[in-house]
Amino acid sequence: MDWQIFGVWLAAFMTLGIISFLYKDNVFYKAAEAIFIGISAGYWFIVFFWDSMVGKFYVQAIESPEPEHHVWVGLILGILMLARLSNKVGWIARWPLAFVVGATAGLYMMMFFVSNAMVQVQSTIMPLWETGDGWFTVFNNIVIIIGVTCGLVYFFFSKKHEGAFGVAAKIGIWFLMVTFGASFGYTVMSRMSLMLGRLDFLFGTWLEMIP
Amino acid sequence: MIKRLSVFPLYAVLLLLFIFPTISLAQDETTETGDSLAVVPALDSVFIEERTPLPAGNVVVKDHDNDAGEAIDIKWDKSPDDFRDGKVKEYLIMRSDSADGPFELLGSAMQGESAFTDYRTAGGQEFYYKIVTINYEKLNGTEFWRASSESSVMGPVKATAQWFNTSRLNIFIGIFILAGAIIYFIFAAKGGKKFYIRKIAGIEEVENAVGRATEMGRSIYYVPGIHDMDDVQTIASMTILGRVSEIAAENDTRIDVPVCRSMVMVTAKEVVKEAFSKAGRPDSFMDDQVRYLTDDQFGYAAAIDGLFVREKPATIFMIGTFFAESLIIAETGNSIGAIQIAGTAMPAQLPFFVAACDYTLIGEELFAASAYLSGEPKLLGSLKGQDVGKAIFIAAIIIGCLLETFTSLNVSALFSSH
Repeated sequence: MDWQIFGVWLAAFMTLGIISFLYKDNVFYKAAEAIFIGISAGYWFIVFFWDSMVGKFYVQAIESPEPEHHVWVGLILGILMLARLSNKVGWIARWPLAFVVGATAGLYMMMFFVSNAMVQVQSTIMPLWETGDGWFTVFNNIVIIIGVTCGLVYFFFSKKHEGAFGVAAKIGIWFLMVTFGASFGYTVMSRMSLMLGRLDFLFGTWLEMIP
Repeated sequence: MIKRLSVFPLYAVLLLLFIFPTISLAQDETTETGDSLAVVPALDSVFIEERTPLPAGNVVVKDHDNDAGEAIDIKWDKSPDDFRDGKVKEYLIMRSDSADGPFELLGSAMQGESAFTDYRTAGGQEFYYKIVTINYEKLNGTEFWRASSESSVMGPVKATAQWFNTSRLNIFIGIFILAGAIIYFIFAAKGGKKFYIRKIAGIEEVENAVGRATEMGRSIYYVPGIHDMDDVQTIASMTILGRVSEIAAENDTRIDVPVCRSMVMVTAKEVVKEAFSKAGRPDSFMDDQVRYLTDDQFGYAAAIDGLFVREKPATIFMIGTFFAESLIIAETGNSIGAIQIAGTAMPAQLPFFVAACDYTLIGEELFAASAYLSGEPKLLGSLKGQDVGKAIFIAAIIIGCLLETFTSLNVSALFSSH
């Protein structure tokens, strides 16, 4: 038995099973869905085991000639997570959770402040015009500055959006919607390429109708 | 015969003249700088001397600033022969762990350059450096000759970590101001000061959406996105889940939370369980309300699609971090006629939610929603504090643009991050 051919046929039936959902929920979709979920859950379990337990813990803390002892903290926190299996000491599982949430908030504060605030402001501060600039460049600069400031005004929560402030907020949401429209079209185009990839598989690799 | 003998010395001289330079060129001379340097054929000393550049001077080696002890900076004054068509072709940066060598080739800098950063610094080890200024002639990868001069050896120096990155002082000041404003308003809120928080349509509808599910006798689905608990959107989502679960518990309506991360499952279980207890219905909480499906992005999307069409929930919340699965899930929810409230800060997914859902929390509205729903003074105060930060940024943009337009000041540099 040629396992490669079997694999192609299986992949084709799985693809058709998932696509059949466009018609309605049916037994083929259910089968493909169940197989997909089961296999992916198992796959990710193995990936995480080798990546975290072996790659991050065993290799770094035990196998390495210069063991990194702080990795043991992660293991202890991981074991504490399992405490929730017991009704008596289940509350201990909250401690590693609190650690993860707190550490995450602290770590990302810096990153988000830089990428979402400082860099954005830095990029927006620009001369409206410079010697030699064409009118289109000047227009672009003005659009960027108005768009950013009005967009920020829209995200004010502690002031009523009325009067001039309300107008600025309105302009801000218009800018957002135009951006979303452009982004929608762009992303749909990229999804079309995904669909073409599957069609190429079905008609090319499977049915061999594409030379 | 006599004639023949008389020409012999002439042949001999010519032969010697030919052989001597051949032997000289064939002799290999390895420089003292180690094996890494190319093997250079020896040439006539005058020829080499005329082409030897003056060495780089004033070599300074020091620990690289503002790093975690990962680099050493090497700077030098360019050779006086370093100019266009001068005698300098390259500077070779040599390193050793002893002042006496042997030195290994670390890297090179082109003519005109006068600095190099060594990123191959083992933690805590001291190094010595010297700069070899070289001149050569090369054609198609073949080097015909090379002449070099060496600077004095400098060191020892070792890479050390700094506690503070002074190049990020502006970020520190920014965070200090923002945190100060947030702390001030949190205390003001705790002191009883009332803050106006504008209505957010999506959040205003939460109670109606849950009420709809109650009236229809169907369940609510809450999808917290595909990221783990190390994402602020998931954290904000958990806060909103708490409030939604509480309203659902008060209305005695089932809420299902399918998740794709084990940590999120643990957290969501705690949140929903606590919300049910808070609503006075701890017994109504079922362990299987929060269930893990798979870590796989599209496996998760396929599973949720199946659940939606089979169980037909009346209300669906999709709040958290979403990627390509956003439209797949939102479109299926739309097709079964559920009222949908979505929220994410992923710019690329917002258009899909805006198109397919009834209400969408856009970007920061998601984070504001958690404060708005909880009604806690510290969260409302932080919202007010963040608004102050936004006002400062708007003022900075407007003033900065005007200054950059009408003066030669480079205001944007104040916000640069390194």
